[in-house]
Amino acid sequence: MGRKLLIHNDHIPNIHTLDVYRAHGGYASVEKALKIMQPDQVTEEVKKSGLRGRGGAGFPTGMKWSFLAKPEGVPRYLVCNADESEPGTFKDRYLMEKIPHALIEGMITSSFALGAKQSYIYIRGEYFYVARILEAAIAEAYAAGWLGKNILGTDFSHDCSVQVGGGAYICGEETALLESLEGKRGNPRIKPPFPAVAGLWGCPTVVNNVETIAAVVPIVNMGGEEYAKIGVGKSTGTKLISASGHINKPGVYEIELGITVEEFIYGEEYCGGIRNGKKLKAVVAGGSSVPILPTELILKTAKGEPRLMTYESLSDGGFQTGTMLGSGGFIAMDEDTSIVKNLFTFSRFYHHESCGQCSPCREGTGWIEKILKKFLDGTANESDVDLLWDIQSKIEGKTICPLGEAAAWPVAAAIRHFKHEFLEIARNKKFTDISHYDRLNKLARV
Amino acid sequence: MGSQVHGAQKFDNAKRAEIKFSDEAMKIVETIISRYPEGKQKSALLPVLHVAQAEFGGWLSPETMDYVASILNIKPVEVFEVASFYTMYNLKPVGKCVLEVCQTSSCWLNGAEDIVKYIEKKLNIKVGETTKDGMFTLKVAECLGSCGTAPMLQCGASYHENLTYEKVDTILENYRAEGKLRSYTDLDYKNTL
Ligand SMILES: Cc1cc2nc3c(=O)[nH]c(=O)nc-3n(C[C@H](O)[C@H](O)[C@H](O)COP(=O)(O)O)c2cc1C
Ligand code: SF4
Ligand code: FES
Repeated sequence: MGRKLLIHNDHIPNIHTLDVYRAHGGYASVEKALKIMQPDQVTEEVKKSGLRGRGGAGFPTGMKWSFLAKPEGVPRYLVCNADESEPGTFKDRYLMEKIPHALIEGMITSSFALGAKQSYIYIRGEYFYVARILEAAIAEAYAAGWLGKNILGTDFSHDCSVQVGGGAYICGEETALLESLEGKRGNPRIKPPFPAVAGLWGCPTVVNNVETIAAVVPIVNMGGEEYAKIGVGKSTGTKLISASGHINKPGVYEIELGITVEEFIYGEEYCGGIRNGKKLKAVVAGGSSVPILPTELILKTAKGEPRLMTYESLSDGGFQTGTMLGSGGFIAMDEDTSIVKNLFTFSRFYHHESCGQCSPCREGTGWIEKILKKFLDGTANESDVDLLWDIQSKIEGKTICPLGEAAAWPVAAAIRHFKHEFLEIARNKKFTDISHYDRLNKLARV
Repeated sequence: MGSQVHGAQKFDNAKRAEIKFSDEAMKIVETIISRYPEGKQKSALLPVLHVAQAEFGGWLSPETMDYVASILNIKPVEVFEVASFYTMYNLKPVGKCVLEVCQTSSCWLNGAEDIVKYIEKKLNIKVGETTKDGMFTLKVAECLGSCGTAPMLQCGASYHENLTYEKVDTILENYRAEGKLRSYTDLDYKNTL
């Protein structure tokens, strides 16, 4: 059994309440940090832990914290990114719903390190009920003195509140999130300045993912060095993986970074193999934005080494033969899946979610969706594959935020590894989709 | 002012005069505003729009947006800009229960298209339409963070997961029997199937 640090208590009844959470060691990191540590020491432990941002980009958290500008008399903010809208990702929801205090404890300990008197949890609007759960937990924390003035009798005071969004994937991008938190449209800002210098209301701000902030709790409790012993190389600690698609046991799994992809897919402790005795065809390993890989390449690198669930191993081979850990949204597809149709659902998503500020993204995502629709309608030509390739290649690097790239990469990868599927549809002038039908008879339950 | 900003929707001064939060809703709005520093009350806009949508019939009319602007002391156009950007705000009247079926990858892989077709047939409406009795509006949505329990649909605050046709039948029957407006702000989100 792998070690679990974040959701190890998820099976305990009423772990969402403060009393039960506390009875299982909750809020120890706040006690330790506030009573015996200096803020910089907390940051130092996070640096030593090697923790990397769990929102998708994998940027070292300790380093991000140390970039935070600290001008005299200007408030600093910690903002938690709970927008979780990358298709295939649902781990933050699980954590917040099951163990809301794990996030709130992390918010307090992290805010102490950063010297933030106020923090916000920006949660996607669709998770309204999860926001209710967080708000109830926050109220409990205030009542018990974990939030508010002079926490534990120290001179550290902190307020934390939740803000619900209005439904927009782009608000997961940190500067769009800040715009949204200011009550505006979620248009990403041009960087620099980075939020660490000018973030919320122009003040220095750290934006971190839910899981990143929750991971600060075990790091402070066990010490950064101990945490760094888990994992492989620069992929330290544990990671929540959202597993979905054609697997026997979809759900959220906390893994030690470094287990093999094969174990994750087929192990009884994790996904339990492919449903209905089918064969695996392809995997999107880190949320919709990362390159899809066929079975051979997801299980083994191009060099023939077993692929591991780490940032480095998953990206081994670059985009030619590798992918990315991303947000940990792991979607497995069986042999009957149409890669073209799956790509269409992603491309429709990106077109829908483009904020429209940059023409390559706004127009490009629309063209991609339109051309893919031609494939589904059986009206596409072989040359449309080249056209798709051409369009996607002209988005990357030419936009304000990475959504443009996130829309381009899945197209490139699908063509790179499954070009024959596109060509077959174009040649036959016909698309037969058997991937979505009620072939498992699961829906009808007759 | 209002009528120019809100384009096709006509602005009705008489209707506007009638719009006012209940005391209970106003208290919630005040709590939301208090979360932000002095002078930053515009930040409350997104959450306050959710309260307004739930309070005034499930959609944001030009009059409602004008009212929200007056409460936050911002321009009506600032409200419209936001309301029209985000998918959760309805700028046109909708049914009491808006059914949002996720259609993205993991849900599609698990039969979301069949669920949509089933509901279309059952309610005799197409995606984007509302039933004649004003009870249901059917929409499709992008990934709602429920991929491991696909297929799924959201109605107001409630997530309905691991859908089957039978389950859809029961969900619709329950909502119909209940007959009330369903909002994202509902507190009874746990009555999910
Ligand atoms: C289009 C887009 C969507 C994103 N969505 C999310 C999201 O839903 N949640 C998240 O934590 N980070 C998301 N990110 C990454 C954030 O911009 C940011 O890197 C992250 O919140 C930083 O936190 P971390 O360092 O703890 O990962 C997104 C980025 C882009 C470009
Ligand atoms: S890349 Fe797309 S989403 Fe990002 S700022 Fe440009 S138009 Fe908006
Ligand atoms: S794909 Fe439907 S909830 Fe994520």
